[in-house]
Amino acid sequence: MPTDSNFKRLPANAAAEVVIWVEGKPLKARAGESVAAAVLAAGLGPTRTTPVSASPRAPYCMMGVCFECLMEIDGQENTQGCMTTVAEGMQVQFQRGIRNVPEVEDNA
Amino acid sequence: MRNYDLVVIGAGPAGMAAATTAASQGLNVALIDEQRQAGGQIYRNIGTPVLSDERVLGPDYYYGRELARKFSEANVDYLSNATVWEVSDSHLCLSIDGESRRIGFTRVLIATGAQERPVPFPGWTTPGVMTCGAAQIMLKTSGLAPNGPLVIAGSGPLLLLVACQLSRAGIEIAALLDTTPKHNYRAALKHLPGALRGWRYLLKGTRLIAELRRKGVKPLNGVSQLNAVTDEDGNLTGVCFRHNGTEQTVACSSLLVHQGVVPNVQLTRSLGAEHSWDELQQCWRPTLDTFGETSVPNVYVAGDNAGIGGALVAELQGQLTATRIAMQAGQLNAEAFAHMSRALQTQIEQQLAIRPFLDQLYTPAPEFLRPADETVVCRCEEVTAGEIRNLAKTGCAGPNQAKAFCRAGMGPCQGRLCGLTVSQLMAEASDRPVPEVGYYNVRSPIKPVTLAEVAGVHPASESLQADS
Amino acid sequence: MSAAAKPGSVKAEVTVIGGGLVGLAVARGLQDQGLNVAVVDEGDIALRASRGNFGLVWVQGKGDTCPEYARLSRLSATLWQDFANGLAEHTGIDVQLSQIGGLYICLTEQELEQRRIMLEAMRDAQQGDYPFEVLDHDALKAKVPEIGPTVAGATHSPMDGHVNPLLLMRAMVQRFTDRNGQLITTGPVTKIESNPGRFVVHSGDQVIESSRVVLAAGLGNRELAPQVGLSAPVSPNRGQVLIAERVKHFLDYPTGHVRQTGEGTIQCGDSKEDVGLDTGTTTDVMATIAHRAITMFPLLAKVRLIRSWGALRVMTPDGYPIYQQSEQYPGAFLVTCHSGVTLAAAHAGPIAEWIASGVADPSLSLETFHADRF
Ligand SMILES: Cc1cc2nc3c(=O)[nH]c(=O)nc-3n(C[C@H](O)[C@H](O)[C@H](O)COP(=O)(O)OP(=O)(O)OC[C@H]3O[C@@H](n4cnc5c(N)ncnc54)[C@H](O)[C@@H]3O)c2cc1C
Ligand SMILES: Cc1cc2nc3c(=O)[nH]c(=O)nc-3n(C[C@H](O)[C@H](O)[C@H](O)COP(=O)(O)OP(=O)(O)OC[C@H]3O[C@@H](n4cnc5c(N)ncnc54)[C@H](O)[C@@H]3O)c2cc1C
Ligand code: FES
Repeated sequence: MPTDSNFKRLPANAAAEVVIWVEGKPLKARAGESVAAAVLAAGLGPTRTTPVSASPRAPYCMMGVCFECLMEIDGQENTQGCMTTVAEGMQVQFQRGIRNVPEVEDNA
Repeated sequence: MRNYDLVVIGAGPAGMAAATTAASQGLNVALIDEQRQAGGQIYRNIGTPVLSDERVLGPDYYYGRELARKFSEANVDYLSNATVWEVSDSHLCLSIDGESRRIGFTRVLIATGAQERPVPFPGWTTPGVMTCGAAQIMLKTSGLAPNGPLVIAGSGPLLLLVACQLSRAGIEIAALLDTTPKHNYRAALKHLPGALRGWRYLLKGTRLIAELRRKGVKPLNGVSQLNAVTDEDGNLTGVCFRHNGTEQTVACSSLLVHQGVVPNVQLTRSLGAEHSWDELQQCWRPTLDTFGETSVPNVYVAGDNAGIGGALVAELQGQLTATRIAMQAGQLNAEAFAHMSRALQTQIEQQLAIRPFLDQLYTPAPEFLRPADETVVCRCEEVTAGEIRNLAKTGCAGPNQAKAFCRAGMGPCQGRLCGLTVSQLMAEASDRPVPEVGYYNVRSPIKPVTLAEVAGVHPASESLQADS
Repeated sequence: MSAAAKPGSVKAEVTVIGGGLVGLAVARGLQDQGLNVAVVDEGDIALRASRGNFGLVWVQGKGDTCPEYARLSRLSATLWQDFANGLAEHTGIDVQLSQIGGLYICLTEQELEQRRIMLEAMRDAQQGDYPFEVLDHDALKAKVPEIGPTVAGATHSPMDGHVNPLLLMRAMVQRFTDRNGQLITTGPVTKIESNPGRFVVHSGDQVIESSRVVLAAGLGNRELAPQVGLSAPVSPNRGQVLIAERVKHFLDYPTGHVRQTGEGTIQCGDSKEDVGLDTGTTTDVMATIAHRAITMFPLLAKVRLIRSWGALRVMTPDGYPIYQQSEQYPGAFLVTCHSGVTLAAAHAGPIAEWIASGVADPSLSLETFHADRF
């Protein structure tokens, strides 16, 4: 994964730091920001490939409109990264192609 | 199910102002917004501004503090992180943290604002290509700015504003490619006399351009045939375009694009409210009476989803519509209403004086409205402009038939990024005006929601929840 | 360019009114008989069951009180593979037909038992030639491991299958226009001038003249039929359908309530045989459908709904089709049914032959389907 980010952090007012886990690696994020922003700040991505042609995609609109930022967040696939606020310990996975159906515990 | 006199959807300037006004008139009000904080697009994150240098975003952003403060003091039930996925004329369904529930109302005010107009051009799906609005959202909520060679391409006031804000933050702009068609300038001139009434906006615009020039950013005017260039791994390496008759390429690792903003009509469309085509703004808007009521009784609209007017107009419209609702709810007599509404209407008119000029000037170039055949128009299902044109030519009656035939608009974004383009392409290919061609049928859910949540809004499961 | 005709006057040998699955299937069959056909349809937005259905090519349980209908459904299902091949050959569009058998899932033992009794009676009516089996929970789970723990069982019939109804519509339109069919989408037909052997159909600015006319306008038939001396007592019956996002393939079998499309999306709702869904608000009905889908397949709980719609079934009082030629105006035919996907192959085959020749294959027992029965 490339780590020389295309984004940089500007001088900012103090805020708490949150650690999220992206593809199994810890990532420091700013409390209150979106998962998509934290991932872009770290230079990670593409964040998904499409179900149709496996073409690479990354967040595009950052306001919940385009659905390009779909990621697996805390086990839930196809979650909008730009509409999800980072939380301590959050687990984020990038998606490749069509989503899985979650396994269901068999309590029959 | 909780019931309110008024539920407002959207906590931008329109929604905040409306909720504050309605509550002050004694209505029992809830405001629902899918963001973490009230503010809407312009005042994003205004409760906890991130950037230490307030000059970057400028006073128009921090103006929102006062509005948000008044709203926070109002007697309103504010539900944040709450996405509305269905509205009828008496209840809505919303999702918070993976749980859905219903809320009932006597009246509903939809203030869901605008989205950026989709900007289809070859390569726009490449990672590294984002919208100007997206860059601004990152500035406001994370203090993040593009780093490394940056190109900004497109047209419109927000593009200039974002370029300025980034350059104030010390970000270098390798090129600013202005795609505004040259003839727009001439066409806009006829609206100049009216626009002079909105001289403050004109002045703001010219100041932004002057500021950019001082910083050494000289826009290239009349740019066309935008094309994102990638290496063999699919990484963005530059942008190719035509300028003054020659093809040029500028290297970049970030490309920000923009072609104006358009009303977010998902909810009003899903309600079956009447919409009309705005030729000047090249978008749909709900048909409203003077005070913002739609063709569906008890459903109202205020703010940029009523037609693009900007933040101040949104705020005034929010007040006006809430005042109207207060009167209809019997909280305000006709005389007081007439007095208050007249004053608001006069201000709205003044604020809107600039619009015809701006709309004419920033009408997107045809290549972004009706892109070349190879361009992907539906990003979700990866349908190209050529496929849509072909369908139109083989007797496909309109966008809904096209959707059924090629899946354009069937992906998770539910047509938000292809709807306008598909209607435009079908209109062009069948030689009919856009309003005759129409638009996608928008249906519930207007945002994807899990089946478990849908199942959970059944009255039986709701009462079960209440019992347990 | 377009096969769509320009305003004015058009001549054809047969005019088919209605460009849904029924009209297009009949039109295809008539083209195969060498006839020059015009289809008159409405525009982008119209009552159109063909764009909102479930895509089942379904036989089990159909015609429990009408053996002729049971036979027709089964005949069509057997003709379907050829029908699909023909479409693929001419248009390159694979309509994703799969006829590996279908499951009718029953949530309760009681429901399963009732279903068994009904299907056994149908088997008797067909002299034992009616293949199906009753699966208890474990047998069902062996076929479909993802089935929910509370599901009682299912009936399975190898006669059933499914297609992609949208690709089907697309392929039918394309094949029709490629074969020089005239597709006229000027809007509803408002008037039919009927003379023996000569019909003049008015639609907007268009006038279409032909020696035969086929009424295949779905719910629109009700108004049109009397103009050609026929009666079409059809009425709407709403069905709602939910579509959830694409997920990795897990479900091969079509079921009466849930199926996975070739693209991976999940379609939930009711096939036409199921409990009417025309009561309650949209939210309630959607919630009910979602709830049942999750009960059947718990792994769908976290899968997201993307779209929903309601579509109107074209229902006769007894739910069976009407196939009839006008006695008053010979050359005018009425074709309407509520299982236009299943019956598409029959409509393109024997039904179209009947319209082309004026003589029906006696084994179809078409007189059973006259509207005089109401
Ligand atoms: C990305 C972007 C950036 C912009 N930046 C500027 C700027 O810097 N300066 C400027 O003058 N103008 C800007 N604009 C223009 C902007 O539309 C107006 O200035 C102003 O924000 C409009 O106010 P509003 O109240 O109508 O809507 P908005 O401010 O857009 O507020 C709408 C609110 O509705 C919420 N919402 C939408 N759908 C749902 C739903 N289904 N459920 C729950 N909540 C929902 C959203 O979360 C949002 O908070 C921007 C527009 C966009 C799209
Ligand atoms: C929810 C739902 C699920 C279903 N599932 C299945 C299934 O799984 N399997 C199955 O076999 N069947 C299913 N069906 C039924 C199937 O969809 C219909 O039987 C079939 O589509 C009917 O086709 P049609 O052409 O008769 O009617 P429609 O599709 O309704 O088409 C009628 C056409 O006629 C046009 N029209 C109407 N009036 C006029 C006029 N005056 N002039 C010109 N044109 C006119 C309309 O615009 C329309 O295009 C389902 C139906 C619904 C509603
Ligand atoms: S980036 Fe567009 S929806 Fe998240």
